[in-house]
Amino acid sequence: MTVATTRHTATAGTPSPTDSRSARSAGTVSRILRERWMYLFIVPGVAYFVIFQYVPLFGNLVAFKNYSPFLGFNASPWVGLQNFTDLFSDPEFLTALKNTALISLMQILFAFPAPIALALMLNSLISEKAKRLVQSVVYLPHFFGWVIVISIWQAVLGGVGPMASLLNSLGHGHENVMADPHTFLALVTAQVVWKEVGWGTIIFFAAISAIPVERYEAAAVDGANSFRRMWHVTLPGISNVIVLLLILRLGTVLSVGFEQLLLQQDAVGSGAAEVLDTFGYYRGVIGGQWGLATAAGLFKGVIGTVLVISANRIAKRTGSGGLF
Amino acid sequence: MSAIGRPPWQNRPTWPVQTLKGIVIAGIVFVMLYPFVYVVATSFSGDTTSVSGNGLLPTHYSFAAYKAIFSGNVVLRSLMISIGVTLVGTALSMIITIGMAYGLSRTRDVPGTRFVLYAVLATMLFTSGIIPNYLLMKSLGLLNSYWSLILPGVANAFNMVVLRNFFMEIPADLFDSARIDGASEWQILTRIVLPLSKAVLAVVALFYAVGYWNDFFNALLYLNDSTKWPIQLVLNQYVIHGQNLDQAGAPASGQLRVAAQSIQMAVVVVATVPILVVYPFLQRYFTKGVLTGAIKG
Repeated sequence: MTVATTRHTATAGTPSPTDSRSARSAGTVSRILRERWMYLFIVPGVAYFVIFQYVPLFGNLVAFKNYSPFLGFNASPWVGLQNFTDLFSDPEFLTALKNTALISLMQILFAFPAPIALALMLNSLISEKAKRLVQSVVYLPHFFGWVIVISIWQAVLGGVGPMASLLNSLGHGHENVMADPHTFLALVTAQVVWKEVGWGTIIFFAAISAIPVERYEAAAVDGANSFRRMWHVTLPGISNVIVLLLILRLGTVLSVGFEQLLLQQDAVGSGAAEVLDTFGYYRGVIGGQWGLATAAGLFKGVIGTVLVISANRIAKRTGSGGLF
Repeated sequence: MSAIGRPPWQNRPTWPVQTLKGIVIAGIVFVMLYPFVYVVATSFSGDTTSVSGNGLLPTHYSFAAYKAIFSGNVVLRSLMISIGVTLVGTALSMIITIGMAYGLSRTRDVPGTRFVLYAVLATMLFTSGIIPNYLLMKSLGLLNSYWSLILPGVANAFNMVVLRNFFMEIPADLFDSARIDGASEWQILTRIVLPLSKAVLAVVALFYAVGYWNDFFNALLYLNDSTKWPIQLVLNQYVIHGQNLDQAGAPASGQLRVAAQSIQMAVVVVATVPILVVYPFLQRYFTKGVLTGAIKG
């Protein structure tokens, strides 16, 4: 299945020459008239992207206002960079920034390589049946939303679950792993690995299946055992994909799972679970500090966009292709 | 390559290696599946006061927890809301995404559509932030409306690209002969393109549906009225935050004596089942759909 997929992908971008010769010769106006159906098709989508994706961009101007819902957008006074200076002297914001960076770092260190290791391990299985069985198990958690995932984790690791009674019988007392701020960083990382490790293997499987079988044969003839074939053939074969994904991942360091952290903040406290997104939510929607919260969001958004674009540029320069 | 089993150049692995692999794989499968098994088992554990005991799984089984949650209206109502939002949302998402994917599939012929395509792709690079979205929904008067669960994510650029790539791979001859026969673009879309794309349409629809079903963020942000809550918000309130469902006037469990944890796990199971039902269909196709979109934008 994956082999077919890769072949599929290789031809994906080729432009279809449909109808272009006759269309070119006609004038623009008559082309527009003739293609009126095509414009009709995209009207609902264009309306959506304008209203729900582009209009809110201008809403970010609230970051430069002392916004009050009673005055509305126009009547609220401009305050320049006041919200940003407030933001950077706010200890809670600095905690959120620190937590975001820490959680991101942990995910890059552990959640990023996990699918590579799993893909290599599964790839070394000879039985196709066993491989497929494991795949269908490990892909599953990706499709559950964070509410379901946290509910399940709480059931197993929470105060009344089997983990607590196991720890208790080992003499650790009745410990609730889900409410411990000291181990929260590890917990959050483990949750991400559990939920996404299987899903993450898909792209590596595709890359592995694109490696020509002859290379394995040649390596085997030269006396390389299966571990050395993995080390000298498989890993170099997918290193491009690894580098590309790593660079792109670096571009999203400021985005850590909003839902995942919001859901657990009551249990572990904001000292450990406050990140940029939850800060914005609590200060703005709950606390009514609209200007400050928007400034936090804009700060995150601008840095995020700059990072993604530069990450892509770096990916292109390293010869890994880039996404756009 | 390995449908025929082990290729001749590959040695049979030695038994220690095989055993080690077996243990690692068994461990992974256990860690992935045990939580689900535990949740399901607990939901059926019924009327005991200490549900989990010291073992891995409970010992007594009954349907009491399910009777309790379905005798009240909180869970049932939220399920209906989630189902409704998922169905309406997915239908709307598909109409918009298909229209856009096809309408933008011939950027060389249709003036202006290349610009639209880039404008749509650009939305993958930025996020507009929580507060601006909230203020937008507020000024549109959609707070506390079910539309606030559907409209903010009704289309996404990634799914549009997946469909568009697929549409563009349909052989051009099919379109040309239909046009010579005088077919309109509407006829070409509905009689040729869509029937040829059933598999990828199914995958994209399922991805949208799973997204609507799992959505927690929009509901939390935009719905104040707890009688409009979808199942994920009910889960958050009664399972993660442990509020007692009894107090919400939900199950009449006065004489049932169902353990709170058992009821909570029953709610988790009910929220999970729809995904488990569509999962086999999803799994059959998703690698293809994911990759065509992910590699080439």
